[in-house]
Amino acid sequence: MNRYLLVLLLLIALAVLPGTVPAPGIRVGSKQDTETAILGEMLTQLIRATGEKSTRLAVGGTTVVFDALKRGEVDLYPEYTGTLVKEVFAGDPTASQENLASLLAAQGIGISQPLGFNNSYALAVRRETAERLQLSRISDLSAHPDLRLGFSNEFVDRDDGWKNLRKAYSLPQENVSGMEHDVSYRQLEVGDIDVMDAYTTDAQLAELDLVLLEDDREYFPRYDAVVLFRTDLEDRYPGLIKHLLKLESAVSETEIVQLNALVASREASELQAASDFLRDKFSIETHVEDRSVAAIVWDRTLEHCDLVRRSLIPAIFCAVPLGVLAAKFPRLGQLILGAVSVVQTIPALALLVLLIAPVAYLNLNTLGAGSMTAVLALFLYSLLPIVRNTATGLSTISPEYDESATALGLSRLFKLFHIELPLASPSILAGVKTAAVLNVGFATLGALVGARGYGQPILTGIRLNDTALIMQGAVPAACLAILLQFLFEYSERWLVPAGLRPLSVGGDDNGSRS
Amino acid sequence: MIELKGVTKRFGTHLAVDNISFACPQGETQVLIGTSGCGKSTMLRMMVGLETPDEGQLLFEGQPLSESNLSRVRQRIGYMIQEGGLFPHLSVRENVSVVPRFLGWQQSATDSRIDELRQLAQLPTSLLDRYPRQLSGGQSQRVSLMRALMLDPDVLLLDEPLGDLDPMIRAELQQDLRTIFRELGKTVVLVTHDLAEAGYLADRVTLLRHGQIVQQGDFSELIENPIDDFATQFVQAQRPVLA
Repeated sequence: MNRYLLVLLLLIALAVLPGTVPAPGIRVGSKQDTETAILGEMLTQLIRATGEKSTRLAVGGTTVVFDALKRGEVDLYPEYTGTLVKEVFAGDPTASQENLASLLAAQGIGISQPLGFNNSYALAVRRETAERLQLSRISDLSAHPDLRLGFSNEFVDRDDGWKNLRKAYSLPQENVSGMEHDVSYRQLEVGDIDVMDAYTTDAQLAELDLVLLEDDREYFPRYDAVVLFRTDLEDRYPGLIKHLLKLESAVSETEIVQLNALVASREASELQAASDFLRDKFSIETHVEDRSVAAIVWDRTLEHCDLVRRSLIPAIFCAVPLGVLAAKFPRLGQLILGAVSVVQTIPALALLVLLIAPVAYLNLNTLGAGSMTAVLALFLYSLLPIVRNTATGLSTISPEYDESATALGLSRLFKLFHIELPLASPSILAGVKTAAVLNVGFATLGALVGARGYGQPILTGIRLNDTALIMQGAVPAACLAILLQFLFEYSERWLVPAGLRPLSVGGDDNGSRS
Repeated sequence: MIELKGVTKRFGTHLAVDNISFACPQGETQVLIGTSGCGKSTMLRMMVGLETPDEGQLLFEGQPLSESNLSRVRQRIGYMIQEGGLFPHLSVRENVSVVPRFLGWQQSATDSRIDELRQLAQLPTSLLDRYPRQLSGGQSQRVSLMRALMLDPDVLLLDEPLGDLDPMIRAELQQDLRTIFRELGKTVVLVTHDLAEAGYLADRVTLLRHGQIVQQGDFSELIENPIDDFATQFVQAQRPVLA
């Protein structure tokens, strides 16, 4: 029993050990795309130039980062006016580019003047196609019903996307396929599609020499890049906002396209691109720390382990009792197993977004390093294997042991701790092992809420189509999973009662029954 | 000591025990015998509260068995089953001392009791630190007997304790069991399907069929005056062995 007590204390200590300190200083948000990452990095470096501390949080999705701004978990972030109208205030029919400032002010949020470029949606065709069919405006498309269209999945569904575009221009094309945005470029390049949707600041437009069709009926709204900030930022850091608003009208369309191209071609990191821009434009020297891959991987490892330990250990402590309940009360067991199974079917991003509200309600940090949203999601994902293996382990104990224990007059509690749980221990430990390995994999999704870890290089790598960067996250994650597997196999030898362990070859198995 | 009054037990539609009344006087060895499915094991399991009767009553020293006195009664009963029911994760020593540990005995008291029982059951000291899977069938049953006797119970209930052993070891253990029963003067109820074993161990024999008592009394009476066709057949089936 002593060794179990030791393990329990060790686990508790490991779970409550203070972890990564939440992001210090002023928090700049960004989404998971290159352009807002560069803009976010500019803001972060501008703040640092004043001597204040600042951290950038890359999180997935407009709503996530906008809500974080409202709650004060993010102090400022770059956004586009069209997205605010069409997505953030989608439910408000009175919302327009003109009254955005007053709508935001009502929520305690300030908005800058446009930064100088409009990153709108546009339709792009190959130069050869444009010249052959004499296409220069979107309305020219109506004369060519056979053109093949390939749009990003988002564009097919969005309010400001294909559905309404088609109505606005009465376009006849039927051949429309949805695909990943980066894939569209490749399909267009090789001629599998003729027309695609593009962001006007995409680096590939110049690279592939594509022609943008003029929006002659002014269907697309303007997507002027702006900075959103909490109005209380001025009280906390007087003068800071004025300093940041240097960026107003400072970034031209040509400039942002160049910056995007630099990062997309991997000639510069987002940090470096932002730093170079600030130096050239404002003569502000910012220091971009040049860190070795090993140092970066080490940081990611710490962040990742932090997510795993803070979710897995509490999951063990909850799941084992739940498994016991499930085994002892089969009706309740169905309910418990059903509930933890349902959790398993919720897609990770959906679960993360669902959990943000309750985590925020509890006043815990939802985003960034040590995000409780990520921890809670991982906790929920880890329950099923442990609950199920505990319940199965207990309910498959041979009835003769159960009856022997009962006939000896042992109490239920004594029986549970001294007979049943030890007998079920191989199954329970196997469940914990499965949960741990799954947890290491799932923890990469923590990056969607800015919890970093191995998921961060993976997400960035996917965005930049950079296999080396993906490997920087995927390989250590796999190693960590294997390491945990070994650790558990070793601890099994120590934790499973000797009488239940497989016999070693040449062991002292004299006088066996057979 | 233990008494069944008009006890009936059904499993689904199967009538396992059919309105049986049965008493087991103090200090006697009662053997329940019959073909498989005759209800003998069910009777024994009801005596230790592993099954509850559908009708009728079970009395222990004249008191009806109930949830409230069950655990106290169980501590006065030693129960032993066919393959011993030893816990595979506990060593022999731990298996035998599981109840003392539950009751919070002093270690020294447990140790000296183990030593007494080890001698009584003739188990070599070297086996105390083995695990059940490292024991032979006979050794397992000796350990199981030690565990059943740990609290010096008034009653021993044994369900086919020697059923799974080869004949030599079985004969040896039968001998040892008889000695122990006589020496300790326990009230014993033993279930078996082996007439020779019954004859060797029993003070009184109860022959069962389809959940009812066919014949009850001395062993010699059953052999010499089988009460009906079934009893005659049952006795004759095992005659060659007795001869």
